[in-house]
Amino acid sequence: MIPVLIGVSLLTFFIIRLAGDPVFSYLQDPSKATEQILDQIREKYHLNEPTYVQYFYWLNSVLHGDLGYTKAAQNIPVTEAIALKFPATFELALTSTILAVSIGVSVGTRAAVKANSATDQSARVVSLVAVSIPVFWLGILLIIIFYNMLGWTPIPHNQYSTEFDPRADLNVHTNFLLIDTLLSGNFDFFFDHVMHLVLPTITLAFATTAIIVRMMRSSMLEVLGSEYVRTARAKGLPEKVVIRKHARRNALIPTTTVIGLSFGGLLGGAVLTETVFSWNGLGQWAADAAEAIDTAGIMGFTLLTAVIYVLANLTVDLVYSFLDPRVRLG
Amino acid sequence: MMVKGLKVEADKKRSGTSASAKEGTSATGSSANLMGGIKGGMRAGGSRIMLALRPRLREWRFSLHLMSKSATSIAGIVLIVVLAFIAAFPSLLAPPIPGARDPFVIPLDYERPVPEKPGANFTLGSGDDGADIYYGIIWGARISMTFAIQVVLVGAFVGAILGLFAGYFGGVIDEVIMRLTDIFLSIPGLILVMAIAAVLGRGTEATKVALLSVWWAGYTRLIRGTALSVRENSYVDAARASGAGEIKIMFRHILPNSWTPVVVQATMDMGTVVLTLAGLSYLGLGAPIGYAEWGVMINQGEPYITSGYWWMIVFPGLAILSFVLAFNLMGDGLRDVLDPKMRR
Repeated sequence: MIPVLIGVSLLTFFIIRLAGDPVFSYLQDPSKATEQILDQIREKYHLNEPTYVQYFYWLNSVLHGDLGYTKAAQNIPVTEAIALKFPATFELALTSTILAVSIGVSVGTRAAVKANSATDQSARVVSLVAVSIPVFWLGILLIIIFYNMLGWTPIPHNQYSTEFDPRADLNVHTNFLLIDTLLSGNFDFFFDHVMHLVLPTITLAFATTAIIVRMMRSSMLEVLGSEYVRTARAKGLPEKVVIRKHARRNALIPTTTVIGLSFGGLLGGAVLTETVFSWNGLGQWAADAAEAIDTAGIMGFTLLTAVIYVLANLTVDLVYSFLDPRVRLG
Repeated sequence: MMVKGLKVEADKKRSGTSASAKEGTSATGSSANLMGGIKGGMRAGGSRIMLALRPRLREWRFSLHLMSKSATSIAGIVLIVVLAFIAAFPSLLAPPIPGARDPFVIPLDYERPVPEKPGANFTLGSGDDGADIYYGIIWGARISMTFAIQVVLVGAFVGAILGLFAGYFGGVIDEVIMRLTDIFLSIPGLILVMAIAAVLGRGTEATKVALLSVWWAGYTRLIRGTALSVRENSYVDAARASGAGEIKIMFRHILPNSWTPVVVQATMDMGTVVLTLAGLSYLGLGAPIGYAEWGVMINQGEPYITSGYWWMIVFPGLAILSFVLAFNLMGDGLRDVLDPKMRR
């Protein structure tokens, strides 16, 4: 894990150097870019030393949480931007994963139990379509249908309507709006936020659901062919019990891996979905940073996603060894 | 090996096993295919290459036979053929305006500034300044197809060779290559590509470089895994004992036996690459504005979603969906067909 992270840091560093003079990443106020200030920054971050020396200074400042200032978010420090935008991304990742798991597991189970039936075949085709849909297009279509035509959902802009203001209306500030609104007892705000969550959640859940269905189906098929399922059937257990208690529980183990990894991926920010819905999270910030060629922002984001992804992998391995006693971590 | 193959065939013929398609592993083939294979070999005048290839040819025929029985893969293949035709001859379907500098730029008609509904003037409607959506869809197929083929071919080629080296030689070579692969795989594809594309700037060429610098890693991991197990087979020992060099063993014995997962992955990646390109273009990082690229077209239609100009968004999206779906259907079918466990 550590070598991978070091490698990721090298890769990121290399891309930053490709992007041009790194001095601008550390410039808080671009309007005051005098030669003198730039030289001061170069001095402070050791940017006038050889490149390989610069790497170690850069790594040191990254480890101390200094990644420069992000143009894409009013020139605040990158770490502050991450802290500010993470909660919105986390809520979206959580709701869409919950939706995907609840649909994916049951559909996948059913598809495996009735393997090669019409149900199974249509589940297969639908999940192929779901992974083939461009996620931003799906988001726009949902907006056209549910906002424009039906008027069921609010304007897809930000996580709440303009009539609310978290700073004025809430007295709890964790930035997790679902929690803040509930703890503040502001149920109008809570409901408004939930309505804003619906469409992005569905959009994001599409592909994840499809992946869970396929994984659940294949691991379920494997388990259904095993000896202990035959034993369970032979001793006369009702098929329902065999499927629920004997087969599905074990089939869930490999599926957990997929769920964990996709959740980790979503935590890094769903760039396209967040952009479509103007969801003020990590993903949209990254997209803005990429468009504004805000090197500090985009590299901070890339590093963050890599760290989250590596941690998600590690967590999944640990959880796996807990769920499946046959797996021992060496 | 060739002698052995011939013998198996001869035995099968004599004992008249007709239902061999249902049971065997590598030496199977329906009796019709079997006969076809033999006849094909005869016609080639017993040339050594044909003889050596015959078991493999028979395998291919058997695969085709299996694919022809799966409705989803047929649907995928038909869609791919249609898309390939459009991509090959876009000027037949949507002739560019004579004298246009770049056929990939959607021609504009400034006399029709407001987007128009699908109808007599524009088959699939128009966008800003009379941009023909139909023209964009047709030429977008060419952009997407060439882009995907280039990225997937180069990516799979580089990735497969690296993976082959890692899996076959093991040791330090394996360590170095695989740690490098881990790094590239530890950052979600779209995000790394986005970072690189942001640095390289806008345009399909820059996006291609960005994608290529990422896309090899998946194949490396795939083929390394299979190569690791394939190299333990006794026929590899046999080849080595009979004096074959490392390179020959790698490319003649390991590669042909470990590339099926790569073929499946590469097929599906054709779609994923196009999805990524479209996503980047939608974000403003891929193809430039005004290009016949489906993601850019959706990007340009997005400001109008409240104006009811649905055709600006629906048609390019459908184009992406059918492209990606085509290759996913085919890849899905291929996976079943090439899976030894499914070859019953």
